[in-house]
Amino acid sequence: MSSQPNAQRQVYLDHSATTPVRPEVLAAMLPYFAGKFGNASSIHRWGYEAREAINDAREKVASLIGASPSEILFTSGGTEADNLAIRGVAHARRSRGNHLITSQIEHHAVLHTFEVLQKEGFEVTFLPCDKYGLIDPDDVRKAIRKDTILVSIMHGQNEVGTVEPIKEIGEIAREHGALFHSDAVQSAGKIPIDVKELNVDLLTLSSHKIYGPKGVGALYVTKGVRLTPQVTGGAHERRMRAGTENVPGIVGFGEACRLAKAELPEESARLTKLRDKLIEGLLNEIPDVVLNGHPVLRLPHNVNVSVKYLEGESILLNLDRMGVAASSGSACTSGSLEPSHVLLAMGLSHETTHGSLRFSLGMSNTEEDINYVLEILPPIVEKLRAMSPLGPGSVL
Amino acid sequence: MYNDKVMDHFFNPRNVGELENPDGVGQVGNPVCGDTMRITLKIKDNRIEDIKFRTFGCGAAIATSSMVTELVKGLTLEEALEVSNKQVAESLGGLPPQKLHCSNLAAEAVHAAIQDYYKKQGLVVSDDNGSSHDHSTHDHSVDDESSEE
Repeated sequence: MSSQPNAQRQVYLDHSATTPVRPEVLAAMLPYFAGKFGNASSIHRWGYEAREAINDAREKVASLIGASPSEILFTSGGTEADNLAIRGVAHARRSRGNHLITSQIEHHAVLHTFEVLQKEGFEVTFLPCDKYGLIDPDDVRKAIRKDTILVSIMHGQNEVGTVEPIKEIGEIAREHGALFHSDAVQSAGKIPIDVKELNVDLLTLSSHKIYGPKGVGALYVTKGVRLTPQVTGGAHERRMRAGTENVPGIVGFGEACRLAKAELPEESARLTKLRDKLIEGLLNEIPDVVLNGHPVLRLPHNVNVSVKYLEGESILLNLDRMGVAASSGSACTSGSLEPSHVLLAMGLSHETTHGSLRFSLGMSNTEEDINYVLEILPPIVEKLRAMSPLGPGSVL
Repeated sequence: MYNDKVMDHFFNPRNVGELENPDGVGQVGNPVCGDTMRITLKIKDNRIEDIKFRTFGCGAAIATSSMVTELVKGLTLEEALEVSNKQVAESLGGLPPQKLHCSNLAAEAVHAAIQDYYKKQGLVVSDDNGSSHDHSTHDHSVDDESSEE
């Protein structure tokens, strides 16, 4: 998949998968590998140095989401933070109730964790969404009960970019005495987040989606909420998550959060413009293309369309050859042979799901990149459609 | 993910299209699963004189379709019925394991087209190596007999 004989530019449009580490972030991290290598638990200069760096990073992460530094727990990433939030609450509050609420369109880190809890004996309600991928707060209100201990609904949907009404959902959870968790891996740094205003008790963050290093994330836990630790050992992270801290990673994550916060208003507006240009171009330049996700309540960097009568992988391979990186919800690209559970929950047919393409924009992208995609994609689609037995007149 | 030969057949597929007034037509797979292949044949003196394919599917689906048209062109019908999905994958130098079951249907499409030809000729055929299993209902978790290390 490496030969790109026809690529006139390299256009990375898969920022929802991961992002490069920014130079400023890398520079901030470098001293903490060899020079300032101390263990933050140690009682000596090397230890203090590491401790101080972690404290500083904790403040920066907290500041991005309107939290206090003491409400931030560092983890190995978004997946671990989701696991800690959901299992941690479920296990700590089991005596208060046995019912949990989530949605059908959560990231697998959330979805599969709830499925395991279901096997452990918890009762889990998986709420549906509408055709735009929106969860209706009224559905939460109808599902919530006296014995509901946790509601978990994501903030920005990772595949289709729909921004969920978590403020309203959080309020409903609060009224009923349930805790509210939200996975904000895709939305943090992209749209403003204030945990107090959004009525969130627990919030998941990831570093590598916002130009920080991989292998580090955080869980915001509002003051007074107790969790059952999922990784046991030493007294790290307020005894909630044992293990010697990943100091360079945490430092990088902190710096990434600081930069994201400083640049958010401008960068979000810039990406929204590019996003809308790409969406409009795809819908206008290629016949039988439909937009997936909400047209307005949408993350600024997400474009998701279905190209009818085609399968996603065949388009991705052609795009890659032209230097363009994107992703698809097709079964053939999932690794599990199952098409996107999100698109299916939105009511798309299997065929349309197989033809889905996600372009996720980021810092490096320019208007020229968008023009390039709009120039090369139509002939790719035309060529593949000429090969496909499906089409508008197809009897299949 | 794919080797150079697979990529060559994917980017430069052989025998794409649909023959006019075909002697046999075979269609296997199901767009719900993500793969559909349609083969049209011209048959002369019991041999495959011409063959074309149309495929909806991933890289492996298109590459195997292209490969099988090269493999069976010019063969007698009996010889073509002997060509298996596994042979098609081997001729391509192998496929990723997860692709062997779901996207490797090209030989079945050819067999189905030959069966269609026999049917049109009023010939009865045994079912042992020709007809395809019903891909539309297959279970992805059931493993294929194909081997790939």
